[in-house]
Amino acid sequence: MSDSGNSLYSTQKTESAFVRWVNQWGSAVVDGITTIGDMTLFSGRMLKWLFTRLPCRGTVLVNFYQVGALSLPVVALTGTFIGMVLAVQSYAQFHAIGLDSRLGAVINSTLVKELGPVLAATMLAGRVGGAMAAVLGTMRVTEQIDALTAMGADPIHYLVVPRFLACILLIPSLTIMADFMGIVGGYFYSVIILGIDHAAYLNHSRDGVTGFDLFSGIFKSVFFGSTIAIVSCYRGFNCEPGAEGVGKAATTAFVYSFVLILAVDLFLTIVMNSIYYTIYPNGTSFL
Amino acid sequence: MNEVSEPADEDEISDLENTAADAGTAPQTSDDQPLIEARNVSVVFDDQVVLQDIELQITRGQTVAIIGESGCGKTVFMKTLVGLVKPTQGEIYFDGEGLHHMGYSELTQTRRRFGFVFQNAALFDSMSVFENVAFPLRQSEVVSETVVDERVMQHLAEVGLSKNVAYKRPAELSGGMRKRVGLARALILKPEVVVYDEPTTGLDPIMSDVINELILDTRRRYPVTSVVVTHDMHTARKVSDRVLMFYPRLRLGDNESQVLFDGPPSSLEHAEDRRVRQFVRGEAGERLTELAHGLSG
Repeated sequence: MSDSGNSLYSTQKTESAFVRWVNQWGSAVVDGITTIGDMTLFSGRMLKWLFTRLPCRGTVLVNFYQVGALSLPVVALTGTFIGMVLAVQSYAQFHAIGLDSRLGAVINSTLVKELGPVLAATMLAGRVGGAMAAVLGTMRVTEQIDALTAMGADPIHYLVVPRFLACILLIPSLTIMADFMGIVGGYFYSVIILGIDHAAYLNHSRDGVTGFDLFSGIFKSVFFGSTIAIVSCYRGFNCEPGAEGVGKAATTAFVYSFVLILAVDLFLTIVMNSIYYTIYPNGTSFL
Repeated sequence: MNEVSEPADEDEISDLENTAADAGTAPQTSDDQPLIEARNVSVVFDDQVVLQDIELQITRGQTVAIIGESGCGKTVFMKTLVGLVKPTQGEIYFDGEGLHHMGYSELTQTRRRFGFVFQNAALFDSMSVFENVAFPLRQSEVVSETVVDERVMQHLAEVGLSKNVAYKRPAELSGGMRKRVGLARALILKPEVVVYDEPTTGLDPIMSDVINELILDTRRRYPVTSVVVTHDMHTARKVSDRVLMFYPRLRLGDNESQVLFDGPPSSLEHAEDRRVRQFVRGEAGERLTELAHGLSG
């Protein structure tokens, strides 16, 4: 009696733990699907406004300044350091096999294809995305978004479209800046500090980067910019009440943007590589 | 910082007192058709029933105070009136037109017939006071900057704010000044309905009375219908000619209406329902017992 009682009790306990586990995963999946659906509708509304009525110049310019001008120094600085770090990390291996002068090709190729766009996007997500989510979250919490609606202005048109435009139109420039400063940083460290021959370094640098690489990096950056704008604005608009809610919105905006940037990067890299090898089966470039 | 009232300019206050002195009598331009009508309105958030089967009509020119304890759904109802919250069930009609039948642009036009004074004023941090007050005007009409300037200054003056305030940021203002800027912004489009959400919450008694006088002054100046959501009994008695008392749905019996009281402010003290009298007198009553047993929601 006692044994069967214990066994029954244990089965019920196991079942309830299992049911709880299924419940938790189930609700997490449902929440995830709901968020994706919500975000899709949010993006749809934003795109509808983008193609029907552009926001006024004043709101657009403020966002261009915030996203572009204020991000430029930090993107340039981090780009420079990344270029130098690449030189430091690669030098020992290249030196061991006597290919020091090839360092430029590796640094420049890595920067233009991957690190430049991803670095510019990461800096933008951290500097601008978090701030966007925090500002919009505060506006949500303090009823400023409700006030916009009550006064007959559409919050998505007024708040999201200018931020989206700023992100997608200015991230290519930031990417070019990150690429350029990274190349300069790599050159400086390799030639000036490590003493690699200037002419050989430049010759191999030219070989390492094709026009398609540059185009591919800039093309990808536009998608990164749109990801940052949509995720950050969405998190801000759906901010939970209170200071904790605003902090959470800013943090999740950066984390989700960063993860999505890497996922989008993987997807677009595969697509761009396929396109490249379709156009140039032998791997030759158009430049 | 709503708790802090500004060291009010004496001239400003005396101007307000003069203009509000004869404002107690509102223009009674009621006609038969209600301007605002809620038909069987229910609002449910997740599993929580906030409003259930609310039926009420507000006629043109009335000033209605909606009172009730925190969490009874006053603010949600007020947001439902302008379509900021969509009813889970039921309809809101404004001037005979159902909000649920309206398309986006029609709803936007209808919202511009409302002026909304938010609890914490909801001024845009990124704009100056001038830009905040000018915002609805610039959004809705193509007007010259001269006209914008003239109307903004006129409305700031009407709420007792000087030109110096116009170029300050909302963060530089005290709670009372923010509420007055919020009122100026709400009135700039000459709305038919002004909705006030807790207009005196967080203000000292003097500034609360200034706001009450401004509400009365607004009635005197413009032919507006007003809905004042408050739990300040002094405000409800002073500014309204009709009081509605909402009660939290969770605390009601199955067949009880959520609107416990609907009548003139003078009848509040003698209301039949004990809960209304308790609220009006500010008595905790059975809540103390509930708190002791950990039942209070």
